[in-house]
Amino acid sequence: MSPLKTQSQFADPDAAYVALVEARRGMSEEQAAAFDTRLALILANHIGDLDVLKEAIALAKAER
Amino acid sequence: MGANAHKSIYTYGYRRSADQDAAAPVRRPVVVVGAGPVGLACAIDLGLRGVPVVLIDDADRIGEGSRGICWSKRTLEILDRLGVGEKLVEQGVTWKLGKVFRGDDLVFSFDLLPEAGHKMPAFINLQQYYLEKALCDRASEIGAIDLRWKNRLAGLEPRNDHVRLTIATDDGPYTLDADWLIAADGARSTARDLLGLAFSGVTFEDKFLIADIRMAADLPTERRFWFDPSFHTGQSALMHRQPDNVWRIDLQLGPDADAALEQQPERVTARLKRMLGERDFELEWISVYRFNCRRLDRFVHGRVVFIGDAAHQVSPFGARGANSGIQDAENLAWKLAAVFNGEAGSSLIDSYERERTQAADENIAHSTRSTDFIAPHSQAERNLRDAVLALAPRAEFARRMINSGRLSVATVYDSPLSTPDEETFGGSARLGAPAPDCPVRGRDGAASHLLQTIPGEFTLVTMKNGGAPDAPAGVRHISIGDDVADCDGLFAQRYDATPGAAWLFRPDQHLCARWRHADATKIAAARDRALGKPA
Repeated sequence: MSPLKTQSQFADPDAAYVALVEARRGMSEEQAAAFDTRLALILANHIGDLDVLKEAIALAKAER
Repeated sequence: MGANAHKSIYTYGYRRSADQDAAAPVRRPVVVVGAGPVGLACAIDLGLRGVPVVLIDDADRIGEGSRGICWSKRTLEILDRLGVGEKLVEQGVTWKLGKVFRGDDLVFSFDLLPEAGHKMPAFINLQQYYLEKALCDRASEIGAIDLRWKNRLAGLEPRNDHVRLTIATDDGPYTLDADWLIAADGARSTARDLLGLAFSGVTFEDKFLIADIRMAADLPTERRFWFDPSFHTGQSALMHRQPDNVWRIDLQLGPDADAALEQQPERVTARLKRMLGERDFELEWISVYRFNCRRLDRFVHGRVVFIGDAAHQVSPFGARGANSGIQDAENLAWKLAAVFNGEAGSSLIDSYERERTQAADENIAHSTRSTDFIAPHSQAERNLRDAVLALAPRAEFARRMINSGRLSVATVYDSPLSTPDEETFGGSARLGAPAPDCPVRGRDGAASHLLQTIPGEFTLVTMKNGGAPDAPAGVRHISIGDDVADCDGLFAQRYDATPGAAWLFRPDQHLCARWRHADATKIAAARDRALGKPA
C-alpha cells in the first residue's frame, strides 16, 4: 500500500550517487547542509504528494 | 504600555442609569461587556435587529494606540451592513499589494483581490480608534443600544436562564440580570477570569516591537515585509501605511529582548533610523509584544457567550484577530436575535460555537504557521526557512511557501445549519461561506451590489425563468431578472446560475442552501434547518 517507492528507480544507481556526491564536493559542512535543504525542498515539490513526503520523512527519521 | 505621545482622542462621559436606582435587579435581554470593535459591532447588529442591548465598558475613552489596523473585505462587508462601511473605506487606506523582501531584494509580491466587481476592497488600513469612533457614533443612533461608559464588570453569577452581574461604577456597584451575557472584553477578559476559564494554546517566545510613527513619506501603499533586511539583521520587519501619514512598523526582536528597554523612545528611534534613513518621523505609539495562539475550549458557557479576543487570540500576521472577532459578532447577533424573537430555540447558539470554533481553529493554524515561518524555533528550523527564501527568486514553488502572514479570509462553515447540495455547483460561491459579491442593477437602473440586496435577513435569490419558486413566509425574495439585473454577468459566473436555480442566504449573508430547481417545501425546510430546528 505504500505510495513511497523504496525500490531502486535509477537504471544506474551508482551514477545517481556520484551525481549527489559530486554536487557537494568541496563544500563545507554548513554549505552542504544548506544545499541538502534546498535539494530536499526542490525534490519534495517535484513529488508534490503530501502522503509520499510524510512517508519519506518517516523513513529518513528512522535512519537517524 | 510604552511611551505613547498620543493617549486618547475621544472621551465619553459616565452617566448614571436608572437601573442603578432600581429596588430589585433589572433584567435585560442582552448585556455586552466591552465596547471595542467586536462588542460595538455585536451591539449594533443586535440593536438593528430590534434586540435591546446594554453595552458596558470599564473605560470612558477610545484611542490609545492604533492597535488593529487591517480590516478585511468580509469585515468591511459586515460593517457596510451595519451602516459604517462606506465611511470607513473612504477614511482608510485601500491596499491590495504585498511585497516580500529577502535581505534588501524583492523576492515575491502578491495582489489580494485581482477580481473586479466587489463593492468592498480586499483590505483597508485604518487605526482602530477611527473604527471604534465610527461604531460609537453609529451605536448612538440606535435607540435599542444603551452604552454605559465606566461600568466595569465586577461579578458574574450564572443562573439557570440568566446571569446575575455586579457592575462597578464611580457611584458604587449595582446588580443587573441578563438573559445573555456577551463577553467581548478582550484578551484579558474579566468575564473569563470570573468564570475561571483557561485558554489552551501556545505563547511564542519571540518578542516584537510595534511602533506607529508619523512620517510624510512618498512610499507606495503596499504591505512590505522583510526577512533579514540589512537594517535589522537576522530578524523580520513589516511596514504598513495608515491614514494621516501614520505608518505601522513591526520589528522582530528575538526571544531575549528586554521589553522595558526596547520601548525606550531613544532606542526605538535608533532602530527606526536604520530602517528609514534620514526621513523625519515622530513616534506615535510603541508596544512590545509576545504573541499567543490560543482559544477557550468552549465559547458558550450557559448564558455567557465569548466573542473576539476574549474567546481566541492569534498573532497579528494575517490580520486575523479583530477581523475574526467582528465575524464572531455577526455570527452571534442574528442567532441571538432569532432566539429573542422566538424564531429559534436557544440551541441555535450552539451553532455559534461550532462555526466560530472552526473559524478560530483555522485562524490559529494559519497564524501558528506564519509565526513559525517568521520566527523559527531553532537554527535547524531556520535553515529550512532560509532555504525556502534562497530558492524563491528562482522557483515559484518556494515563493508559495514563503509565509509572512496568510491574510484573513472568511471561513467556509462546515455547519449543520447548511442544507447539503443535491446538485453540483461551480463558480466561487461555497455552501457555508459568505455570498461572493457582484454588481447588480436595480429596476430603476441604479447600480448596486448583490450584498446590498441581501442585507440582514433570510433572503432567497432566484434566477428568472424555468419556474423559479416563491419564497416562503418570513423569507425575502430577490429575483435576478425581475428585481435586479445581473448587469455584468458576474452573478451567473460566481454562482454557476442556471434558469430556475435558487439560493438561500442566512441573515449573515452566508449561503445555507441552493438548488437547480427548488420548491417552497424545500426552501422552508432549509430555512428551518438554518434556524437550528430539528427536521
